[in-house]
Formats: sequence, C-alpha cells, structure tokens
Amino acid sequence: MTGLLGPMMVIVWKDVLLELRSRDLVVSVVVFGLLVVVVFNFALNNTPGRSEELAPGILWSAFAFAAVLAMNRAFVRDQEQGGLEGLLISPVSRDAIFLGKALTSLIFMLLVEAALLPIYAVMLDFSALSWMLILTIFLGTLGFAVVGTLFSAIAVQTRSREIMLPVLFFPVLLPVIIAAVEASTRAIGGETFVGLGRWLPLIGVFDALFLVICPWVFGFVVEE
Amino acid sequence: MANTQSIERLGSIDRLPSLKTALAAITGVMMLVDLYLIFMVAPTDSVLGHVQRVFYFHVPIAIMSFLAFFIVFIGSLMYLIKRTPKWDAIAHASAEVGVVFVTLALITGIIWARPIWNTWWTWEPRLTTTMILWLIYVAYLMVRSYAPSQSKGAIYAAVVGIIGFIDVPIVYYSVVWWRSIHPSPVVGPFAQADALDGTMAWILLYSFITFVFFFAYMVAERMELRKTEEALGRIRFILRRRGR
Repeated sequence: MTGLLGPMMVIVWKDVLLELRSRDLVVSVVVFGLLVVVVFNFALNNTPGRSEELAPGILWSAFAFAAVLAMNRAFVRDQEQGGLEGLLISPVSRDAIFLGKALTSLIFMLLVEAALLPIYAVMLDFSALSWMLILTIFLGTLGFAVVGTLFSAIAVQTRSREIMLPVLFFPVLLPVIIAAVEASTRAIGGETFVGLGRWLPLIGVFDALFLVICPWVFGFVVEE
Repeated sequence: MANTQSIERLGSIDRLPSLKTALAAITGVMMLVDLYLIFMVAPTDSVLGHVQRVFYFHVPIAIMSFLAFFIVFIGSLMYLIKRTPKWDAIAHASAEVGVVFVTLALITGIIWARPIWNTWWTWEPRLTTTMILWLIYVAYLMVRSYAPSQSKGAIYAAVVGIIGFIDVPIVYYSVVWWRSIHPSPVVGPFAQADALDGTMAWILLYSFITFVFFFAYMVAERMELRKTEEALGRIRFILRRRGR
C-alpha cells in the first residue's frame, strides 16, 4: 500500500498507453457521437429556430450514450487478458484501482466531449464558449465516470454484459442527466453561476456522495 | 445407505410452517374483510366517484413497495458487512415482492389517472420516482440472475440495492425541481384526496395493515422457496458427483 496517488497514476498511464497504441476507443466513440446528432436531428425535426431549445437535450443524450459505450470497454481489456487479477494481487489498495479506472474513464470521456463539443456547437448552432457549460460538462461527466466504473466492473462479469451496463447506468444517473440538461440550457443562454440555480450543486452532491460510496462497494465487487 | 441418508438430510429444509401458515391464514381473512369494506362499506367519493376505491389498493401497495426497498437496502448493507446468507435471502425476497408491488402500484395508478387526470401518465415527481424505482429493482434482479455464480450475484445485487436506494431521494428532488420549471398540464387532485372522511381513513388504514401481512406472507413464501432451491441444488450436486 504505497499511497493512493502513485498507484492510481500508474493504472491511468497503463490504460492511456494502451489507448495511444490501439486508438480504438476514443475515435470510435467520437464517430458514434456524431451519428447520434444526425439521428436526433431528424428524429426531433430540428429547424434553425428550435436549435437552442433542443441542443442541451441532444448534447446530453449523446454524452450519456457515448459514456455507456466507452465505459462498457473499461474493464474488458483487463478481464480478457487476466490483467484484473494481476491488479488485484498487486499490493495496491482497491480504492486506488477504482479511482484509477474512474479517472481513466473521465479522461477518455472528456477527450471525446472536447472533440464533439465544437462540432455540436456548429451543427446545433449554439455558443460552446461558456465556462459554465464547461463546468457542467466536467461535473456531469465525473458522475458518469464514478458510477459507470462501478457498474462496468459488475457488468463485465455478467452474461450479456453490453446490456447490463445501460440497464444499471441510466436509472441511477437520471438525476445527473436532468440537472446537466437544465444547467446547460442556462449556460448556453449566457447565465452565470448564480443563474444556473441548484442544478450544479445537485450534480456536485451526487458526485461527492458516490465518490465516497463507490470505492467502498467496489472492494466487494472485485473480491474473490 | 449412508449416502441416501445424507441426501435426505441435505434435502430436508428447516421449515417455518407455523409462521407461514399463520401469515397465510391472517392475510386471507383480512383480505376478504378488506374487499367487503372497500366495496360495501366505504362511501362513494362525491367528487371522484367509484374510481376512488382503487385508492384502498393503490396507496397501501405503493407505501409497501417503498418499505420493501428499504428492507432491501438494510438487507444488502448487512449482507456486505456480515456475510450471512440470511440477510441476502431477506433482501432477495423483499426485492422480488417489492417489484411485484411497484408494478401493481403503477398499474392501479394508471387506472385511476385516466378518468381523474384525463391522462394515462404524467411526468409528475411521484410517478417518475416510482417508475425509476421499478427500473432500478428490475436491474437488481437481472444482475443477480446474470451473475457468474450465486455468491457473486448476491454481492452485485447488494451493491445495486445500496446504490439504488441512496439514489432514490436524489431522483425525487431532481424531478420536483424539474417540475417546478415545466408546470404540469393537469391539476393535481391530491388536495381533494387528502380530505378523506372518517370511514375512508379507517378503511385505508385497515387496508394498509392487510397489505403489510400480505407482504410478510409473500416474503416468507419466497424465502422458503429459496431454501428449497438451495436444497435442490445440493441434491443435484451430490447426484451428479455420484453419477461420475
């Protein structure tokens, strides 16, 4: 047990290195994110006047689906090659493993969103240059990453794992999705922190709560 | 000979016939009285009419389902801490019966909403939270049955039982706040429903107690079924080994 931050960073670096070499996760999820916008555009009959009203909903639908897609892969590599067992045997606390995996997912998702946001801003005609929007996206994605990593660790060991993650993920993450859509609507409208009301604190409370609970229960999920 | 005996011993289940039978008997009698009270004694609501009688089922069932998931939460927490299968059995049985109750609460609610609210469904906080509850605990049961082993399934389910229950108040408040921005197209008649007359309130209370017993009986039945399942699993294991 050598601290928390050191082992965490090693785990993050391992996954980042794997991703740098294979480049199969971030790129494919970005492409998926573009497809979502195209589908929603026609499903919701988006016309220039309604764009600002529909943009936050489309944005967060795309981010939520993309997060599930990305998180489904979070433990697959570790599971297939027996790497997870190696991680668990190594003298590293379970908290460090969980937080490392969650941080990796957060980094990947933020990369995907950073690539998608300017494209969405152009296609859906809204201003993405708002600190409040960026803060909302960061907090919302943090919630996705923390709870998603826990459920991904469960889902990867079950039968039909691709279906298990969204079934667990969406009902629990509903408050984050609601709050993120509401906060984004105001942020795009040019509101300041105060103007965003209780939506950002709501996401903050959700993140803080599950940052405490998820590492604790993760220990039970991966035990043999 | 010794083997036969061991199978019989493993197959034997320490039953609680007295408790379960007593619960069944009490529930049966109370349910009959409840039906009589609801359809014969309770006065017809002057505003809502006969539809209001679904309330005597809907309200107790809905409250019981929330209690059921609270039991799941406690059972899950205790199972993760103590690791005694009994806590998992309680959580499991309570979750299964709770999902049935939540389904019934949603159905009776929809039956009531159509004539009174003039819509089958509205994204009102209570309805939405109940819907999300249903989804979370269906996921709870799915995770349990899709797990690689029974012991793994018990742990995964316990994790979902804890996370899901903590999440429920957050879901509720997010929908309440969301609703305050997007006002409801229908006028909530809860204010009228709260003004129950004396007989109605007593029958509602009686009905609630009936459903508490009904719930307890279902949970006891489900727990015994689980014991039978486990015994059957052990017998099958022994027979398969002997067949080799």
